[in-house]
Amino acid sequence: MDKDEILNRFEPQQDNLLNILHELQNNNPNNFLPTEDLKLVAKYLNTSYSAVYGVVKYYTMFSLKPRGKYVIRLCKSPVCHMIDTNIVLQEIKNNIDIGLGETTNDLLFSVESSECLGRCAEAPVMMVNEKIHKELDSIKISNVLDSIKLNEQNK
Amino acid sequence: MPIEKRIALKNIGKYKSSSIDEYLKIGGYKSVKIALKTVPHNIINTIIDSKLRGRGGAGFPTGLKEKYTKEADSSSGHKYIICNADEGEPGTFKDRIIMEKDPHVLLEGMIIAAYAIGATKGYIYIRGEYTDSIHMLRTAITQAKNKGFLGKNILNTKFNLEIKIKLGAGSYLCGEELTLLESLEGKRGYPRIKPPFPAEKGLFGEPTLVNNVETFSHIPYIIEHGTENYKLIGTEDSPGTKIFTISGDVNKPGYYETAMGATLRELIYDFAGGIKNNGKFKAAILGGAAGTFVDKSVLDTPMAFDTLKEKGAVLGSGAIMVMSEDRPIFDMLLSILEFFKHESCGKCVPCRIGTSQLVLLMENAKKDSSNKKKILNQLLFEAEYMAKTSLCPLGQSPILPIKSLKQYFENQF
Ligand SMILES: Cc1cc2nc3c(=O)[nH]c(=O)nc-3n(C[C@H](O)[C@H](O)[C@H](O)COP(=O)(O)O)c2cc1C
Ligand code: SF4
Ligand code: FES
Repeated sequence: MDKDEILNRFEPQQDNLLNILHELQNNNPNNFLPTEDLKLVAKYLNTSYSAVYGVVKYYTMFSLKPRGKYVIRLCKSPVCHMIDTNIVLQEIKNNIDIGLGETTNDLLFSVESSECLGRCAEAPVMMVNEKIHKELDSIKISNVLDSIKLNEQNK
Repeated sequence: MPIEKRIALKNIGKYKSSSIDEYLKIGGYKSVKIALKTVPHNIINTIIDSKLRGRGGAGFPTGLKEKYTKEADSSSGHKYIICNADEGEPGTFKDRIIMEKDPHVLLEGMIIAAYAIGATKGYIYIRGEYTDSIHMLRTAITQAKNKGFLGKNILNTKFNLEIKIKLGAGSYLCGEELTLLESLEGKRGYPRIKPPFPAEKGLFGEPTLVNNVETFSHIPYIIEHGTENYKLIGTEDSPGTKIFTISGDVNKPGYYETAMGATLRELIYDFAGGIKNNGKFKAAILGGAAGTFVDKSVLDTPMAFDTLKEKGAVLGSGAIMVMSEDRPIFDMLLSILEFFKHESCGKCVPCRIGTSQLVLLMENAKKDSSNKKKILNQLLFEAEYMAKTSLCPLGQSPILPIKSLKQYFENQF
Protein backbone atom coordinates (compact mmCIF):
# COMPACT_ATOMS: atom_id res chain seq x y z
CA MET A 1 0.00 0.00 0.00
CA ASP A 2 1.10 3.53 -0.75
CA LYS A 3 2.48 5.35 2.31
CA ASP A 4 0.41 8.48 1.79
CA GLU A 5 -2.63 6.31 1.56
CA ILE A 6 -1.80 4.83 4.95
CA LEU A 7 -1.22 8.23 6.52
CA ASN A 8 -4.42 9.65 5.15
CA ARG A 9 -6.44 7.01 6.92
CA PHE A 10 -5.57 8.78 10.20
CA GLU A 11 -6.39 12.24 11.50
CA PRO A 12 -3.11 14.19 11.66
CA GLN A 13 -2.98 14.18 15.47
CA GLN A 14 -0.06 13.17 17.65
CA ASP A 15 -2.16 10.66 19.57
CA ASN A 16 -2.42 8.60 16.37
CA LEU A 17 1.34 8.19 16.24
CA LEU A 18 1.59 4.62 17.53
CA ASN A 19 -1.28 3.39 15.36
CA ILE A 20 0.34 4.99 12.30
CA LEU A 21 3.76 3.50 13.04
CA HIS A 22 2.25 0.03 13.43
CA GLU A 23 0.46 0.36 10.11
CA LEU A 24 3.57 1.56 8.26
CA GLN A 25 5.73 -1.15 9.77
CA ASN A 26 3.20 -3.90 8.98
CA ASN A 27 3.18 -2.78 5.37
CA ASN A 28 6.95 -2.74 5.10
CA PRO A 29 8.27 -5.96 3.52
CA ASN A 30 11.09 -6.00 6.05
CA ASN A 31 9.03 -5.19 9.11
CA PHE A 32 10.83 -1.99 9.97
CA LEU A 33 10.56 1.80 9.92
CA PRO A 34 13.15 3.46 7.66
CA THR A 35 14.28 7.05 8.30
CA GLU A 36 12.21 8.34 5.41
CA ASP A 37 9.07 6.98 7.06
CA LEU A 38 9.85 8.74 10.31
CA LYS A 39 10.35 11.99 8.39
CA LEU A 40 7.10 11.48 6.54
CA VAL A 41 5.21 10.90 9.77
CA ALA A 42 6.83 13.88 11.50
CA LYS A 43 5.73 16.10 8.63
CA TYR A 44 2.24 14.67 8.58
CA LEU A 45 1.76 15.19 12.33
CA ASN A 46 3.52 18.53 12.26
CA THR A 47 6.02 17.43 14.88
CA SER A 48 9.78 17.00 14.95
CA TYR A 49 11.75 14.10 13.55
CA SER A 50 13.39 13.58 16.93
CA ALA A 51 10.01 13.27 18.66
CA VAL A 52 9.04 10.47 16.27
CA TYR A 53 12.47 8.86 16.53
CA GLY A 54 12.29 8.90 20.32
CA VAL A 55 8.98 7.07 20.25
CA VAL A 56 10.16 4.44 17.78
CA LYS A 57 13.28 3.82 19.88
CA TYR A 58 11.26 3.46 23.07
CA TYR A 59 8.82 0.77 22.00
CA THR A 60 10.21 -2.72 21.49
CA MET A 61 7.74 -3.70 18.77
CA PHE A 62 9.19 -1.10 16.41
CA SER A 63 12.47 -1.56 14.58
CA LEU A 64 14.74 0.96 12.88
CA LYS A 65 16.64 -1.83 11.17
CA PRO A 66 15.42 -4.16 8.45
CA ARG A 67 14.13 -7.44 9.81
CA GLY A 68 13.05 -10.67 8.27
CA LYS A 69 9.76 -10.94 6.44
CA TYR A 70 8.73 -13.15 9.35
CA VAL A 71 9.48 -11.87 12.82
CA ILE A 72 9.52 -14.59 15.43
CA ARG A 73 8.76 -13.37 18.94
CA LEU A 74 9.62 -15.89 21.57
CA CYS A 75 8.12 -15.53 25.04
CA LYS A 76 10.71 -15.76 27.78
CA SER A 77 8.54 -14.71 30.72
CA PRO A 78 8.38 -16.92 33.83
CA VAL A 79 5.87 -19.57 32.77
CA CYS A 80 7.33 -20.19 29.32
CA HIS A 81 10.78 -19.99 30.87
CA MET A 82 9.87 -22.65 33.42
CA ILE A 83 8.21 -25.02 30.96
CA ASP A 84 11.23 -24.60 28.65
CA THR A 85 12.15 -21.86 26.24
CA ASN A 86 15.60 -23.32 25.64
CA ILE A 87 14.12 -26.10 23.61
CA VAL A 88 12.44 -23.52 21.39
CA LEU A 89 15.60 -21.47 20.93
CA GLN A 90 17.62 -24.58 20.17
CA GLU A 91 15.17 -25.85 17.59
CA ILE A 92 15.03 -22.47 15.89
CA LYS A 93 18.81 -22.43 15.81
CA ASN A 94 18.90 -25.92 14.31
CA ASN A 95 16.39 -24.99 11.68
CA ILE A 96 17.32 -21.50 10.50
CA ASP A 97 20.70 -21.11 12.19
CA ILE A 98 20.07 -17.83 13.99
CA GLY A 99 19.65 -16.87 17.63
CA LEU A 100 17.99 -14.06 19.54
CA GLY A 101 18.35 -10.65 17.92
CA GLU A 102 19.50 -12.06 14.59
CA THR A 103 18.15 -12.09 11.06
CA THR A 104 18.75 -14.71 8.39
CA ASN A 105 20.87 -13.66 5.40
CA ASP A 106 17.98 -14.13 3.00
CA LEU A 107 15.96 -11.70 5.16
CA LEU A 108 13.25 -14.29 5.66
CA PHE A 109 13.35 -14.62 9.46
CA SER A 110 14.29 -12.57 12.50
CA VAL A 111 14.20 -13.92 16.04
CA GLU A 112 13.40 -11.76 19.04
CA SER A 113 12.42 -12.37 22.61
CA SER A 114 9.27 -11.00 24.11
CA GLU A 115 7.69 -10.78 27.53
CA CYS A 116 4.52 -12.70 28.41
CA LEU A 117 2.26 -13.06 25.37
CA GLY A 118 -0.80 -13.94 27.43
CA ARG A 119 -0.88 -17.60 26.41
CA CYS A 120 0.72 -18.98 29.55
CA ALA A 121 -1.73 -21.89 29.77
CA GLU A 122 -0.25 -23.12 26.49
CA ALA A 123 3.42 -22.51 27.23
CA PRO A 124 5.89 -22.35 25.67
CA VAL A 125 4.66 -20.04 22.93
CA MET A 126 5.96 -17.84 20.16
CA MET A 127 4.41 -15.44 17.66
CA VAL A 128 5.32 -15.39 14.00
CA ASN A 129 4.17 -12.00 12.77
CA GLU A 130 0.50 -11.92 13.79
CA LYS A 131 0.08 -15.61 14.48
CA ILE A 132 0.48 -17.41 17.80
CA HIS A 133 2.04 -20.87 17.97
CA LYS A 134 1.55 -22.66 21.25
CA GLU A 135 2.55 -25.74 23.24
CA LEU A 136 5.75 -25.79 21.27
CA ASP A 137 8.02 -28.76 20.94
CA SER A 138 10.76 -29.53 18.42
CA ILE A 139 8.38 -31.04 15.90
CA LYS A 140 5.91 -28.17 15.99
CA ILE A 141 8.62 -25.58 15.61
CA SER A 142 10.22 -27.25 12.62
CA ASN A 143 6.78 -27.73 11.03
CA VAL A 144 6.01 -24.02 11.37
CA LEU A 145 9.36 -22.92 9.98
CA ASP A 146 9.45 -25.50 7.20
CA SER A 147 6.00 -24.64 5.95
CA ILE A 148 6.86 -20.94 5.78
CA LYS A 149 10.02 -21.74 3.82
CA LEU A 150 8.15 -24.02 1.46
CA ASN A 151 5.48 -21.40 0.89
CA GLU A 152 8.06 -18.79 0.06
CA GLN A 153 9.87 -21.07 -2.40
CA ASN A 154 6.66 -21.72 -4.29
CA LYS A 155 5.85 -18.05 -4.68
CA MET B 1 -16.86 -29.38 44.96
CA PRO B 2 -16.92 -25.63 44.28
CA ILE B 3 -18.40 -24.47 41.01
CA GLU B 4 -17.47 -21.73 38.64
CA LYS B 5 -19.52 -18.57 38.95
CA ARG B 6 -19.50 -16.39 35.89
CA ILE B 7 -20.12 -12.65 35.75
CA ALA B 8 -17.46 -11.14 33.49
CA LEU B 9 -17.49 -14.35 31.46
CA LYS B 10 -21.25 -14.87 31.60
CA ASN B 11 -21.75 -14.85 27.84
CA ILE B 12 -18.71 -16.86 26.85
CA GLY B 13 -19.68 -19.58 24.43
CA LYS B 14 -23.28 -18.37 24.22
CA TYR B 15 -22.88 -16.34 21.06
CA LYS B 16 -20.45 -15.99 18.18
CA SER B 17 -18.32 -13.05 19.25
CA SER B 18 -18.21 -11.59 15.75
CA SER B 19 -22.02 -11.35 15.55
CA ILE B 20 -23.92 -8.59 17.31
CA ASP B 21 -27.18 -10.07 16.06
CA GLU B 22 -26.51 -13.24 18.00
CA TYR B 23 -25.56 -11.13 20.98
CA LEU B 24 -28.82 -9.22 20.82
CA LYS B 25 -30.73 -12.51 20.66
CA ILE B 26 -29.33 -13.58 24.02
CA GLY B 27 -30.35 -10.28 25.59
CA GLY B 28 -27.27 -8.24 24.70
CA TYR B 29 -27.24 -4.49 25.41
CA LYS B 30 -30.14 -4.84 27.84
CA SER B 31 -28.06 -3.20 30.57
CA VAL B 32 -27.35 -0.20 28.33
CA LYS B 33 -31.07 0.21 27.71
CA ILE B 34 -31.74 0.13 31.45
CA ALA B 35 -28.88 2.50 32.26
CA LEU B 36 -29.79 5.14 29.72
CA LYS B 37 -33.21 5.44 31.37
CA THR B 38 -31.56 6.06 34.73
CA VAL B 39 -30.11 9.31 36.07
CA PRO B 40 -26.28 9.16 35.78
CA HIS B 41 -25.90 10.00 39.44
CA ASN B 42 -27.91 6.91 40.41
CA ILE B 43 -25.74 4.65 38.31
CA ILE B 44 -22.66 5.85 40.16
CA ASN B 45 -24.41 5.24 43.47
CA THR B 46 -25.29 1.74 42.33
CA ILE B 47 -21.66 1.00 41.48
CA ILE B 48 -20.49 2.46 44.79
CA ASP B 49 -23.07 0.38 46.62
CA SER B 50 -22.01 -2.79 44.78
CA LYS B 51 -18.50 -2.38 46.25
CA LEU B 52 -17.02 -3.37 42.91
CA ARG B 53 -13.23 -3.09 43.09
CA GLY B 54 -10.85 -2.68 40.18
CA ARG B 55 -9.77 -5.98 38.65
CA GLY B 56 -6.59 -4.57 37.09
CA GLY B 57 -4.54 -5.28 40.19
CA ALA B 58 -4.89 -2.51 42.74
CA GLY B 59 -8.48 -3.16 43.84
CA PHE B 60 -9.54 0.48 44.06
CA PRO B 61 -13.32 1.01 44.49
CA THR B 62 -14.69 1.58 40.99
CA GLY B 63 -17.71 3.63 42.03
CA LEU B 64 -15.55 6.16 43.86
CA LYS B 65 -13.34 6.60 40.81
CA GLU B 66 -16.44 7.28 38.75
CA LYS B 67 -17.67 9.80 41.32
CA TYR B 68 -14.36 11.70 41.37
CA THR B 69 -14.23 11.81 37.58
CA LYS B 70 -17.79 13.03 37.37
CA GLU B 71 -17.21 15.76 39.94
CA ALA B 72 -13.95 17.01 38.38
CA ASP B 73 -14.05 20.11 36.19
CA SER B 74 -13.11 19.90 32.57
CA SER B 75 -11.74 22.96 30.83
CA SER B 76 -12.49 21.82 27.27
CA GLY B 77 -15.84 20.33 28.15
CA HIS B 78 -14.55 16.83 27.40
CA LYS B 79 -14.17 13.94 29.75
CA TYR B 80 -12.59 10.69 28.72
CA ILE B 81 -13.08 7.05 29.46
CA ILE B 82 -10.26 4.59 28.90
CA CYS B 83 -10.22 0.85 29.02
CA ASN B 84 -6.88 -0.53 30.09
CA ALA B 85 -6.39 -3.58 27.88
CA ASP B 86 -2.61 -3.62 28.03
CA GLU B 87 -2.53 -6.91 29.95
CA GLY B 88 1.20 -7.38 30.30
CA GLU B 89 1.46 -8.90 33.76
CA PRO B 90 3.12 -12.30 33.27
CA GLY B 91 0.75 -15.18 33.91
CA THR B 92 -2.34 -13.12 33.09
CA PHE B 93 -4.66 -13.65 30.12
CA LYS B 94 -8.15 -12.92 31.39
CA ASP B 95 -8.71 -9.68 29.48
CA ARG B 96 -7.73 -11.38 26.25
CA ILE B 97 -10.41 -14.03 26.81
CA ILE B 98 -13.08 -11.37 27.34
CA MET B 99 -12.03 -9.38 24.27
CA GLU B 100 -11.81 -12.39 21.98
CA LYS B 101 -14.92 -14.18 23.16
CA ASP B 102 -17.26 -11.44 24.40
CA PRO B 103 -16.17 -8.01 23.17
CA HIS B 104 -19.69 -6.63 23.52
CA VAL B 105 -19.89 -7.05 27.29
CA LEU B 106 -16.85 -4.79 27.54
CA LEU B 107 -18.41 -2.19 25.25
CA GLU B 108 -21.62 -2.31 27.32
CA GLY B 109 -19.68 -1.67 30.50
CA MET B 110 -17.80 1.22 28.92
CA ILE B 111 -20.96 2.79 27.50
CA ILE B 112 -22.67 2.71 30.90
CA ALA B 113 -19.65 4.10 32.75
CA ALA B 114 -19.20 6.86 30.14
CA TYR B 115 -22.85 7.83 30.45
CA ALA B 116 -22.55 7.88 34.24
CA ILE B 117 -19.53 10.20 34.34
CA GLY B 118 -20.44 12.28 31.30
CA ALA B 119 -17.65 11.17 28.98
CA THR B 120 -18.13 11.48 25.25
CA LYS B 121 -14.85 10.05 24.07
CA GLY B 122 -13.53 6.63 24.87
CA TYR B 123 -10.42 4.67 24.08
CA ILE B 124 -9.40 1.08 24.44
CA TYR B 125 -5.63 0.94 24.90
CA ILE B 126 -4.61 -2.54 23.91
CA ARG B 127 -1.23 -4.18 23.68
CA GLY B 128 0.00 -4.47 20.10
CA GLU B 129 0.67 -8.20 20.37
CA TYR B 130 -3.01 -9.01 20.99
CA THR B 131 -3.86 -9.18 17.30
CA ASP B 132 -6.95 -11.38 17.64
CA SER B 133 -8.42 -9.16 20.35
CA ILE B 134 -7.74 -6.07 18.23
CA HIS B 135 -9.58 -7.51 15.22
CA MET B 136 -12.48 -8.62 17.37
CA LEU B 137 -12.89 -5.26 19.09
CA ARG B 138 -12.74 -3.38 15.78
CA THR B 139 -15.58 -5.52 14.45
CA ALA B 140 -17.59 -5.13 17.65
CA ILE B 141 -17.25 -1.34 17.67
CA THR B 142 -18.40 -1.04 14.05
CA GLN B 143 -21.38 -3.28 14.74
CA ALA B 144 -22.34 -1.41 17.90
CA LYS B 145 -22.18 1.86 15.97
CA ASN B 146 -24.41 0.49 13.21
CA LYS B 147 -26.98 -0.61 15.77
CA GLY B 148 -27.01 2.78 17.49
CA PHE B 149 -25.26 1.79 20.73
CA LEU B 150 -22.31 4.03 19.90
CA GLY B 151 -22.08 7.34 18.07
CA LYS B 152 -24.49 10.25 18.24
CA ASN B 153 -27.79 10.19 20.14
CA ILE B 154 -27.39 6.69 21.47
CA LEU B 155 -30.78 4.92 21.67
CA ASN B 156 -32.39 8.24 20.76
CA THR B 157 -31.12 10.00 23.86
CA LYS B 158 -28.87 13.04 23.99
CA PHE B 159 -25.92 10.87 24.93
CA ASN B 160 -23.02 10.65 22.45
CA LEU B 161 -20.04 8.35 22.72
CA GLU B 162 -17.26 7.40 20.37
CA ILE B 163 -14.83 4.59 21.17
CA LYS B 164 -11.47 4.23 19.44
CA ILE B 165 -8.76 1.64 19.62
CA LYS B 166 -5.20 2.63 20.47
CA LEU B 167 -2.34 0.21 20.19
CA GLY B 168 0.53 -0.25 22.57
CA ALA B 169 3.85 -1.42 21.20
CA GLY B 170 5.55 -3.76 23.64
CA SER B 171 5.95 -1.93 26.92
CA TYR B 172 4.71 -3.41 30.21
CA LEU B 173 5.07 -0.07 31.95
CA CYS B 174 2.46 1.44 29.62
CA GLY B 175 -0.15 -0.61 31.50
CA GLU B 176 0.40 1.66 34.49
CA GLU B 177 -2.42 4.15 34.15
CA LEU B 178 -0.45 7.40 34.07
CA THR B 179 2.15 6.01 31.71
CA LEU B 180 -0.70 4.70 29.59
CA LEU B 181 -1.96 8.26 29.20
CA GLU B 182 1.42 9.40 27.91
CA SER B 183 1.54 6.53 25.45
CA LEU B 184 -2.01 7.15 24.31
CA GLU B 185 -1.09 10.75 23.59
CA GLY B 186 1.57 9.43 21.22
CA LYS B 187 4.61 9.84 23.44
CA ARG B 188 7.26 7.64 24.95
CA GLY B 189 6.05 5.64 27.92
CA TYR B 190 7.58 7.61 30.77
CA PRO B 191 5.43 7.77 33.90
CA ARG B 192 3.79 10.93 35.16
CA ILE B 193 4.07 12.03 38.75
CA LYS B 194 1.04 11.24 40.97
CA PRO B 195 -0.96 13.28 41.99
CA PRO B 196 -2.81 14.53 40.03
CA PHE B 197 -4.74 11.34 39.43
CA PRO B 198 -6.43 10.68 36.08
CA ALA B 199 -9.84 11.50 37.58
CA GLU B 200 -8.62 15.08 37.95
CA LYS B 201 -6.11 15.56 35.14
CA GLY B 202 -5.92 12.62 32.80
CA LEU B 203 -5.82 12.37 29.03
CA PHE B 204 -4.96 15.73 27.43
CA GLY B 205 -5.19 17.17 30.95
CA GLU B 206 -8.90 16.43 31.30
CA PRO B 207 -10.80 14.25 33.80
CA THR B 208 -10.41 10.63 32.78
CA LEU B 209 -11.72 7.33 34.06
CA VAL B 210 -9.34 4.41 33.60
CA ASN B 211 -10.55 0.90 34.29
CA ASN B 212 -9.44 -2.58 33.44
CA VAL B 213 -11.29 -4.79 30.91
CA GLU B 214 -12.56 -7.18 33.59
CA THR B 215 -13.77 -4.30 35.79
CA PHE B 216 -15.93 -2.85 32.99
CA SER B 217 -17.29 -6.31 32.27
CA HIS B 218 -18.88 -6.49 35.73
CA ILE B 219 -20.99 -3.40 35.20
CA PRO B 220 -23.68 -4.87 32.89
CA TYR B 221 -24.37 -7.64 35.42
CA ILE B 222 -24.65 -5.19 38.31
CA ILE B 223 -27.04 -2.95 36.37
CA GLU B 224 -29.20 -5.88 35.27
CA HIS B 225 -29.30 -7.86 38.50
CA GLY B 226 -28.89 -5.17 41.14
CA THR B 227 -26.39 -4.68 43.90
CA GLU B 228 -28.07 -7.00 46.39
CA ASN B 229 -27.67 -9.95 44.08
CA TYR B 230 -24.12 -8.94 43.26
CA LYS B 231 -23.10 -8.67 46.89
CA LEU B 232 -24.41 -12.16 47.62
CA ILE B 233 -21.39 -13.37 45.67
CA GLY B 234 -17.84 -13.17 47.01
CA THR B 235 -16.62 -11.78 50.31
CA GLU B 236 -17.68 -8.80 52.39
CA ASP B 237 -14.70 -6.68 51.33
CA SER B 238 -14.42 -8.02 47.81
CA PRO B 239 -17.84 -8.84 46.41
CA GLY B 240 -18.40 -10.47 43.06
CA THR B 241 -16.22 -12.84 41.12
CA LYS B 242 -12.67 -12.91 39.87
CA ILE B 243 -11.14 -14.55 36.85
CA PHE B 244 -8.06 -16.53 37.79
CA THR B 245 -5.60 -17.57 35.12
CA ILE B 246 -3.79 -20.69 36.22
CA SER B 247 -0.61 -21.82 34.48
CA GLY B 248 2.47 -23.92 35.10
CA ASP B 249 2.51 -27.40 36.61
CA VAL B 250 -1.22 -28.17 36.71
CA ASN B 251 -3.21 -30.69 34.71
CA LYS B 252 -5.72 -28.23 33.31
CA PRO B 253 -4.14 -24.79 32.98
CA GLY B 254 -6.60 -22.12 31.87
CA TYR B 255 -9.00 -19.41 32.98
CA TYR B 256 -11.54 -19.93 35.74
CA GLU B 257 -14.00 -17.38 37.07
CA THR B 258 -15.26 -17.99 40.57
CA ALA B 259 -16.58 -16.11 43.58
CA MET B 260 -13.96 -14.03 45.38
CA GLY B 261 -12.82 -15.96 48.41
CA ALA B 262 -12.34 -19.35 46.79
CA THR B 263 -9.20 -20.93 48.16
CA LEU B 264 -6.00 -21.55 46.28
CA ARG B 265 -6.49 -25.25 46.97
CA GLU B 266 -9.90 -25.21 45.26
CA LEU B 267 -8.51 -23.34 42.31
CA ILE B 268 -5.52 -25.61 41.83
CA TYR B 269 -7.04 -28.98 42.68
CA ASP B 270 -10.74 -28.68 41.82
CA PHE B 271 -10.61 -26.33 38.86
CA ALA B 272 -7.17 -26.84 37.40
CA GLY B 273 -7.10 -30.60 37.99
CA GLY B 274 -4.24 -30.74 40.49
CA ILE B 275 -0.51 -30.95 40.02
CA LYS B 276 0.83 -32.54 36.84
CA ASN B 277 2.18 -36.10 36.88
CA ASN B 278 0.76 -36.67 40.37
CA GLY B 279 3.42 -34.30 41.64
CA LYS B 280 3.38 -32.29 44.84
CA PHE B 281 2.61 -28.60 45.14
CA LYS B 282 5.64 -26.53 46.05
CA ALA B 283 4.85 -22.88 45.35
CA ALA B 284 2.62 -20.52 43.47
CA ILE B 285 3.28 -17.01 42.31
CA LEU B 286 0.14 -14.96 42.79
CA GLY B 287 -0.57 -11.79 40.83
CA GLY B 288 2.15 -11.87 38.19
CA ALA B 289 5.75 -10.67 38.22
CA ALA B 290 4.68 -7.79 40.43
CA GLY B 291 3.27 -10.55 42.61
CA THR B 292 4.16 -12.80 45.49
CA PHE B 293 5.46 -16.30 46.10
CA VAL B 294 3.42 -18.43 48.50
CA ASP B 295 3.87 -21.95 49.83
CA LYS B 296 1.38 -24.63 50.87
CA SER B 297 0.49 -22.83 54.09
CA VAL B 298 -1.56 -20.42 51.96
CA LEU B 299 -3.54 -23.13 50.14
CA ASP B 300 -6.58 -22.63 52.36
CA THR B 301 -6.57 -18.84 52.50
CA PRO B 302 -9.55 -17.24 50.73
CA MET B 303 -8.39 -15.54 47.54
CA ALA B 304 -9.49 -11.91 47.94
CA PHE B 305 -7.73 -8.55 48.20
CA ASP B 306 -7.65 -8.24 51.99
CA THR B 307 -7.31 -11.87 53.06
CA LEU B 308 -4.17 -12.30 50.96
CA LYS B 309 -2.70 -9.08 52.21
CA GLU B 310 -2.79 -10.48 55.75
CA LYS B 311 -0.53 -13.26 54.49
CA GLY B 312 1.95 -10.90 52.88
CA ALA B 313 0.60 -11.87 49.46
CA VAL B 314 -1.34 -10.10 46.71
CA LEU B 315 -4.26 -10.98 44.50
CA GLY B 316 -3.01 -8.66 41.76
CA SER B 317 -4.27 -9.50 38.31
CA GLY B 318 -5.49 -12.96 39.31
CA ALA B 319 -2.52 -14.79 37.82
CA ILE B 320 -1.58 -18.05 39.52
CA MET B 321 1.66 -19.61 38.34
CA VAL B 322 2.06 -23.03 39.89
CA MET B 323 5.35 -24.81 40.57
CA SER B 324 5.67 -28.46 41.50
CA GLU B 325 8.16 -29.91 43.93
CA ASP B 326 11.07 -30.32 41.54
CA ARG B 327 11.11 -26.76 40.21
CA PRO B 328 14.04 -24.54 41.26
CA ILE B 329 12.43 -21.57 42.93
CA PHE B 330 15.46 -19.29 42.56
CA ASP B 331 15.36 -19.79 38.82
CA MET B 332 11.80 -18.43 38.74
CA LEU B 333 12.85 -15.43 40.76
CA LEU B 334 15.67 -14.82 38.28
CA SER B 335 13.20 -14.90 35.39
CA ILE B 336 10.99 -12.38 37.19
CA LEU B 337 13.89 -10.06 37.93
CA GLU B 338 15.03 -10.25 34.32
CA PHE B 339 11.53 -9.19 33.38
CA PHE B 340 11.80 -6.06 35.52
CA LYS B 341 15.24 -5.28 34.16
CA HIS B 342 13.89 -5.52 30.64
CA GLU B 343 10.83 -3.38 31.37
CA SER B 344 12.46 -0.63 33.43
CA CYS B 345 12.11 2.57 31.42
CA GLY B 346 15.40 3.93 32.74
CA LYS B 347 14.07 7.33 33.68
CA CYS B 348 15.15 7.18 37.30
CA VAL B 349 18.44 5.90 38.67
CA PRO B 350 17.27 3.64 41.54
CA CYS B 351 15.25 1.46 39.20
CA ARG B 352 17.52 1.59 36.16
CA ILE B 353 20.57 0.53 38.19
CA GLY B 354 18.60 -1.44 40.75
CA THR B 355 16.87 -3.81 38.32
CA SER B 356 20.27 -4.63 36.74
CA GLN B 357 21.84 -5.04 40.15
CA LEU B 358 19.17 -7.53 41.21
CA VAL B 359 19.83 -9.70 38.17
CA LEU B 360 23.57 -9.50 38.75
CA LEU B 361 23.16 -10.64 42.35
CA MET B 362 21.12 -13.60 41.15
CA GLU B 363 23.74 -14.53 38.61
CA ASN B 364 26.38 -14.49 41.30
CA ALA B 365 24.13 -16.71 43.37
CA LYS B 366 24.07 -19.19 40.50
CA LYS B 367 27.85 -19.51 40.63
CA ASP B 368 27.95 -19.95 44.38
CA SER B 369 24.74 -21.65 45.40
CA SER B 370 25.97 -22.36 48.95
CA ASN B 371 24.84 -19.06 50.32
CA LYS B 372 21.32 -18.39 49.17
CA LYS B 373 20.32 -16.87 52.49
CA LYS B 374 22.96 -14.18 52.15
CA ILE B 375 21.96 -13.43 48.57
CA LEU B 376 18.32 -13.19 49.57
CA ASN B 377 19.19 -10.60 52.19
CA GLN B 378 21.19 -8.61 49.67
CA LEU B 379 18.31 -8.73 47.20
CA LEU B 380 15.91 -7.55 49.86
CA PHE B 381 18.18 -4.70 50.87
CA GLU B 382 18.42 -3.53 47.26
CA ALA B 383 14.68 -3.95 46.61
CA GLU B 384 13.76 -2.01 49.75
CA TYR B 385 15.98 0.82 48.67
CA MET B 386 14.32 0.77 45.24
CA ALA B 387 10.86 0.71 46.78
CA LYS B 388 11.65 3.84 48.75
CA THR B 389 13.34 5.85 46.03
CA SER B 390 11.94 4.85 42.62
CA LEU B 391 9.75 7.25 40.70
CA CYS B 392 6.95 4.91 39.74
CA PRO B 393 5.31 1.64 40.85
CA LEU B 394 7.49 -0.50 38.57
CA GLY B 395 10.61 0.19 40.60
CA GLN B 396 8.57 -0.39 43.73
CA SER B 397 7.51 -3.86 42.59
CA PRO B 398 10.55 -6.22 42.77
CA ILE B 399 10.28 -6.18 46.55
CA LEU B 400 7.03 -8.15 46.29
CA PRO B 401 8.44 -11.42 44.90
CA ILE B 402 11.70 -11.06 46.83
CA LYS B 403 10.19 -10.43 50.24
CA SER B 404 7.57 -13.15 49.87
CA LEU B 405 10.11 -15.68 48.67
CA LYS B 406 12.17 -14.94 51.76
CA GLN B 407 9.11 -15.12 54.01
CA TYR B 408 7.97 -18.51 52.75
CA PHE B 409 11.08 -20.30 51.58
CA GLU B 410 14.07 -18.95 53.47
CA ASN B 411 14.28 -21.86 55.90
CA GLN B 412 14.50 -24.29 53.00
CA PHE B 413 17.87 -22.92 51.98
C1 LIG C 1 3.81 -1.47 35.97
C2 LIG C 1 2.32 -1.55 35.97
C3 LIG C 1 1.65 -2.21 34.94
C4 LIG C 1 0.26 -2.28 34.92
N1 LIG C 1 -0.35 -2.94 33.90
C5 LIG C 1 -1.71 -2.99 33.88
C6 LIG C 1 -2.38 -3.64 32.81
O1 LIG C 1 -1.76 -4.20 31.89
N2 LIG C 1 -3.73 -3.67 32.82
C7 LIG C 1 -4.46 -3.07 33.83
O2 LIG C 1 -5.68 -3.11 33.78
N3 LIG C 1 -3.86 -2.45 34.84
C8 LIG C 1 -2.50 -2.39 34.89
N4 LIG C 1 -1.90 -1.72 35.92
C9 LIG C 1 -2.75 -1.06 36.91
C10 LIG C 1 -3.17 0.32 36.44
O3 LIG C 1 -2.19 1.27 36.82
C11 LIG C 1 -4.50 0.77 37.06
O4 LIG C 1 -4.47 0.53 38.42
C12 LIG C 1 -5.71 0.08 36.47
O5 LIG C 1 -5.77 0.26 35.10
C13 LIG C 1 -6.97 0.64 37.09
O6 LIG C 1 -8.11 -0.08 36.66
P1 LIG C 1 -9.03 -0.86 37.70
O7 LIG C 1 -9.35 0.09 38.80
O8 LIG C 1 -10.22 -1.24 36.91
O9 LIG C 1 -8.26 -2.02 38.18
C14 LIG C 1 -0.49 -1.68 35.97
C15 LIG C 1 0.18 -1.03 37.00
C16 LIG C 1 1.56 -0.98 37.02
C17 LIG C 1 2.23 -0.28 38.15
S1 SF4 D 1 10.79 3.30 38.61
FE1 SF4 D 1 11.69 2.30 36.79
S2 SF4 D 1 10.03 2.24 35.32
FE2 SF4 D 1 9.46 3.76 36.90
S3 SF4 D 1 10.24 5.73 36.16
FE3 SF4 D 1 11.88 4.84 37.38
S4 SF4 D 1 13.13 3.75 35.84
FE4 SF4 D 1 11.17 4.13 34.88
S1 FES E 1 4.73 -16.53 30.22
FE1 FES E 1 4.86 -17.00 28.10
S2 FES E 1 2.88 -16.52 27.39
FE2 FES E 1 2.78 -15.92 29.48
